[in-house]
Amino acid sequence: MHSYQADGVKKTVTRTVFALLGMFAFAFALVPLYDVFCDITGINGKVDTTAKSILNDGVNSDRYVTVQFITRSSAGLPWKLGVETHQVQVHPGQTTEIDFTFSNRSDMATWGRAVPSVSPSSATAHVRKVSCFCFQEQRLGANENLTIPLVFQLDDSLPKDIATVTLVYTLYPLQESDDRQTVASGLNNKNGVL
Amino acid sequence: MAPKIPLQSTLQQSETTATAGGIAHHAAHPTGWRRWLLTTNHKEIGTLYLIFSLTMFFVGGIFALVVRAELFQPGLQLVNPEFFNQMTTMHGLIMVFAAVMPAFTGLANWMIPLQIGAPDMALPRLNNFSFWLLPVAFTLLLSTLLMPGGGPNFGWTFYAPLSTTYAPASTTFFILSLHIAGISSILGAINIIATILNMRAPGMRLMDMPLFVWTWLITAFLLIAVMPVLAGVITMMLMDINFGTSFFDAGGGGDPVLFQHLFWFFGHPEVYIMILPAFGIVSAIIPTFARKPLFGYASMVYATAAIALLSFLVWAHHMFVVGLPLVAELFFMYSTMLIAVPTGVKVFNWVTTLFRGSISFESPMLFALAFVVLFTIGGFSGLMLAIAPADFQYHDTYFVVAHFHYVLVPGAIFAIMAGVYYWLPKWTGHYPNETLAKWHFWFSVIGVNLTFFPMHFAGLAGMPRRIPDYALQFADFNMVSSIGAFFFGSSQLLFVLVIVLCVRGGKKAPAQAWEGAVDLEWTVPSPAPLHTFETPPEFRPVDK
Repeated sequence: MHSYQADGVKKTVTRTVFALLGMFAFAFALVPLYDVFCDITGINGKVDTTAKSILNDGVNSDRYVTVQFITRSSAGLPWKLGVETHQVQVHPGQTTEIDFTFSNRSDMATWGRAVPSVSPSSATAHVRKVSCFCFQEQRLGANENLTIPLVFQLDDSLPKDIATVTLVYTLYPLQESDDRQTVASGLNNKNGVL
Repeated sequence: MAPKIPLQSTLQQSETTATAGGIAHHAAHPTGWRRWLLTTNHKEIGTLYLIFSLTMFFVGGIFALVVRAELFQPGLQLVNPEFFNQMTTMHGLIMVFAAVMPAFTGLANWMIPLQIGAPDMALPRLNNFSFWLLPVAFTLLLSTLLMPGGGPNFGWTFYAPLSTTYAPASTTFFILSLHIAGISSILGAINIIATILNMRAPGMRLMDMPLFVWTWLITAFLLIAVMPVLAGVITMMLMDINFGTSFFDAGGGGDPVLFQHLFWFFGHPEVYIMILPAFGIVSAIIPTFARKPLFGYASMVYATAAIALLSFLVWAHHMFVVGLPLVAELFFMYSTMLIAVPTGVKVFNWVTTLFRGSISFESPMLFALAFVVLFTIGGFSGLMLAIAPADFQYHDTYFVVAHFHYVLVPGAIFAIMAGVYYWLPKWTGHYPNETLAKWHFWFSVIGVNLTFFPMHFAGLAGMPRRIPDYALQFADFNMVSSIGAFFFGSSQLLFVLVIVLCVRGGKKAPAQAWEGAVDLEWTVPSPAPLHTFETPPEFRPVDK
């Protein structure tokens, strides 16, 4: 190899290595960027997990929206999440309260969390949760049952073509830890969110 | 028909000129196994890559045959579903990362220095290291099959949380082996870029380079861009599994859909990594055997670059059913369809090169022609899959399996075989046995279509992929596919036979082994001596 070639090779290698490191960093940068992107656009059904204040803009009683509730358990957490009704019809602007019941079906106290998702995703930004068990992690004692309400509103800017909104709650197990806040102790504590 | 000056250097001459040229050669080369372990010669390393790839082609092929044997009839006969899942996963991983990619790197090692008139790769020791990482990586990967809990069973796409929360214990080894294989690819890509950009014969401009060199240059840039993303994704998996992070765990605030975005941001360019060098090989073979210059050389280069750029904008077409917003479905649908334009340019150029050519049908040409026809079928089924509303029906069915096997088997692998038959005279000094090679071609082309064509129908009728059992109405299609797979698999033994015979003897090949071949590699003797182009050749461009 001639020396002018050796210089060129050195330059090329340096540049490609920088490109490589840049792309590796980019992959990790995509993780927060993805969240930001989903927050801005409201896609992906990711719900804002901070409590909203109740809006008193009046109820649009000309319009009905069906709200469905689906709960799912997951492997590794012997809990059941029940809901008092699977479907309600609401007017946009109307404040609605629905009771959800957590039951621990094992003889051990465990930590879990219900992770929310909204479908269709374009409705996500229009679901205002005033209070939700999904804001916090929670602990259930052995065979304990716990009923917690979900209080929510739909705002009237919900796209006109959406007649049905589905709220899905999936239970996930959490590792044992002492410093977690329970729903009961931190119901109004917005910092209890992950 | 010899526009370039042949350089008849012998091994001895090369040795002396090499020392004079400043490359330090040891007086005594290592012999025996140390010769191969320590070699820094691009031709020997190329050979190592090709042998490794061929071996892994058979390993991955055996895994595929386990799958096809189980699917021969409905019901569970041979293997349990857990092992079936490991076989589909390992088949995909081995074929992608251990067979197709190393085969192209092997061809690059052998041919790029010869085609640009360079004495060797720019970084010969790094080259040795890149190769020897591969056996380590794939021994590790294959060893997971023997570990408690079995090997990876989550599909070659290893979607989280299947590959994190629900994965077998061996997944950490899988991650490590993929990291090693990725580093090997990255180092190979650095070497190829450094070689092509800096070591061309004096007078050879970028737009004078043979298309195999061009397509590999673009492929290497794709590798540099996306292999680090793959490394990032598997690092996140590693941390989710072992260090309690929640990148992909919804319970901890992460998102499994993020995994799919990251994976396919790597994965879609990856599929072009496996096809662009194939375009380059076919673009070398068709003009040779049509005895005409390639039609539209510049448009071929631009089309390749366009495909590479577009490959970064289409990844979510693999994810049409995860619940993308409508605007994203539309964007990814249209951008995917746009890729048909540069690909169409390429097919048009190949066909136009054939038009009024003086065509002869030697084995490399047969494989190249089959590539053009069958790859185009795979391209069309890709267009069908690009239609987002139709994909809701096709998604995760055998239609997808048929599609990507059409672009990878008679696409990438036929092109590799075409390249092997085309360059074997240069490597060994002998022509491959043409009769056996033709038998190999016809068996392969029949076997491929018998295996994969019925999968289109099974898929359109709704047969899901990656399932060890199926509904009775799919029985006939599956039986045909399985028979085809065993036929195709066993006919590949013929390929090995042809290569072994060719290495051991056969009709002697001259420097310019094929009448219509014009690139620089045909100016060195056949077989190419260990050291070539120690003094750079004088390159005189021909009209492309």
